[in-house]
Amino acid sequence: MPQNRSRKSPVEESRTLSVVRQLWRHGDRFFQGLVVLAALAVPALVVAIGYVLWNGSALSRRAFGWAFLYTARWDPAIDRIFGALPFIEGTLVTSLLALLVAVPISIGVGIFLAELAPPWLRRPAGFLMELLAAVPSVIYGLWGLFVFIPAVVRPLGEWLSAHLGFLPIFAGPVFGPSRLAAALVLAIMVSPTIAAFSRDVFQAIPQSQREAALALGATRWEMISQVLVPYGLSGLLGAVILGLGRALGETMAVTMVIGNNLDLSASLLHPGYTMASVIANEFTEATYDLYLQALVEVGLVLFATTLLLHIFARLLIWGVARRIPQESRV
Amino acid sequence: MRKMLFVLLLGVVLAACGPASTPPQPSTPAASTVAPGGTTGPTVLPTGSIQVNGAGATFPFPLYSRWFYEYAFIDPTVKFNYQSIGSGGGIKQITARTVDFAGSDAILTPENYAAAPGIQMLPTVGGAVVPVYNMAELKDQVALVLDGITLAGIFLGQITKWNDPAIAALNPGLPLPDRDIIVVHRSDGSGTTFIFTDYLSQVSADWKAQVGNAPSVEWPVGLGGKGNEGVAGMVRQNDGAIGYVELAYARQNKMSIARMVNAAGNTVEATIETTQNAMADFGDAMPDTLARSIVNAPGANSWPIAGYTYFLVYMDQTDCLKAQKLVEFIRWALTQGSSYATELEYVPLPENVRNLVLAKVDQITCNGAPLDR
Repeated sequence: MPQNRSRKSPVEESRTLSVVRQLWRHGDRFFQGLVVLAALAVPALVVAIGYVLWNGSALSRRAFGWAFLYTARWDPAIDRIFGALPFIEGTLVTSLLALLVAVPISIGVGIFLAELAPPWLRRPAGFLMELLAAVPSVIYGLWGLFVFIPAVVRPLGEWLSAHLGFLPIFAGPVFGPSRLAAALVLAIMVSPTIAAFSRDVFQAIPQSQREAALALGATRWEMISQVLVPYGLSGLLGAVILGLGRALGETMAVTMVIGNNLDLSASLLHPGYTMASVIANEFTEATYDLYLQALVEVGLVLFATTLLLHIFARLLIWGVARRIPQESRV
Repeated sequence: MRKMLFVLLLGVVLAACGPASTPPQPSTPAASTVAPGGTTGPTVLPTGSIQVNGAGATFPFPLYSRWFYEYAFIDPTVKFNYQSIGSGGGIKQITARTVDFAGSDAILTPENYAAAPGIQMLPTVGGAVVPVYNMAELKDQVALVLDGITLAGIFLGQITKWNDPAIAALNPGLPLPDRDIIVVHRSDGSGTTFIFTDYLSQVSADWKAQVGNAPSVEWPVGLGGKGNEGVAGMVRQNDGAIGYVELAYARQNKMSIARMVNAAGNTVEATIETTQNAMADFGDAMPDTLARSIVNAPGANSWPIAGYTYFLVYMDQTDCLKAQKLVEFIRWALTQGSSYATELEYVPLPENVRNLVLAKVDQITCNGAPLDR
């Protein structure tokens, strides 16, 4: 307030200022400590989660050993045998298939929004896309079960099994809820994330790159495919990894449309099961220790799978980044 | 000046809000006619000053929350808090004594009893599980009839067509098509599945040996739907599907409900009455644990696929005030409260079972001393 300032002499004021400055100088160190602490919290959290999962599944690990990874039985009632193979298969198949469908579409969306869309469309379309990424997954699940499966997946499945049924991956009979349904719903869910990130990647590419390509006589398509995509490749791969992360861990929507069945057949039209789904389904009513610990071990396997896929993708990005000459990335 | 005005205004608004958040006023005539279930002597406690916490089964949650809501009009000094985290979680929490009572659909195992000595199961209400189906040809026909062996055969994947002789023999006159049966079951662990597999284990030796009885089993065939809504959705969308849900859910969603041939050989329909008959059939043979399977009941007009849901409490409590309030509540819920059960399509305990439970509740003590009556 103005009265306060008038009461202070200029000398006093400069003294306070210098004290504040001094504090700021110490603040520098303080701030550095804070940031380092925050950065350390992330790996600490990863280790803590891993430790809890490892510790919490001791009984199950001792009982089944490595067989847990390649046993296709999950019988909590009679034999009390647990194996995660159908869940591992389901998680990998649905996530990778979802990426296969989502990546071309969403990178296309990213290119369109960054390079081709008229300015009046750019903002509303971008906004809608971000909105799509914020829809809760249970909504996707219910919509998938009651609208998407009867309207799209079932007719598509019937067509596939009628025309391509000789391939084991499209063998009938056709069920609505299936690996295909889960993969398509996942594709819809991860597309906005990948599209938003790839748009940002394209927008971050310096204008000079575009101008240079056009000046050399490239068409717009040549500019995009031969200059922009290679330039932004590591960023695009990062966007895909984010999508993969969401697909691997998605629980609710997948549980509602995948059919939750231990069937290990190759057919995408048959129901399947994922790691996240079995945990969500059975955790609440797991009434004895071994059962509970087997579910925790599924969590551990999911954690390890996610970690390995991320490491693999990271290595891929580094490989790609090394191939691109340094001078083109100025 | 403006600030003062704002503060004044704020005060007025707060004062206006105050009374609305104090004791809930009786809203329904049913609640207001019920006499206070016994306020503890002359000591007057402030509203909501005693918190009784519970956790467990999801199946009875709608009824329990209704009970707690109505009971707040009768005894405003106590506040119940129930988290529907599933029976397994409820058993774990009551064993660790982090809650005052638990809810469970599953019957405690000997290991559970060993881990929580002094624990007692108290049936609160029952529920019926019904087979539901969807077939275009049977839309305007009388309800399909099934028996235990046939139902087990379908869920085992041994009976795969709707015109199978076993189904046809039970349904003369129904136009059963030559269509694949699509089996739908719950994918999440649930009391509904526990009751359903309990029944199939009782009637079919094959089922008992191959699949068994648990809240979640290794299904030989079929699609898994999450929750009642998942099963209902998958049954609706697949012509030729059969699944199982709770009676109330099937009725509210106008699904086709199959009739069952019961142990006495009669064809019965699932109703609150036929389910209560099943409970009464076993009422005189109730063990001291008060926990009993009631599937495949012998009565002439008893629905065969039914089960209880239970409260889990310690017979010797440590907090006397809480214990008093909890016991009063259970007495109220089992007597006056049963009208809310029928309203929500749960099945109230029959007379003989209720008397057993009330007698057991009267024996609850606090640190070894009996509670005030």
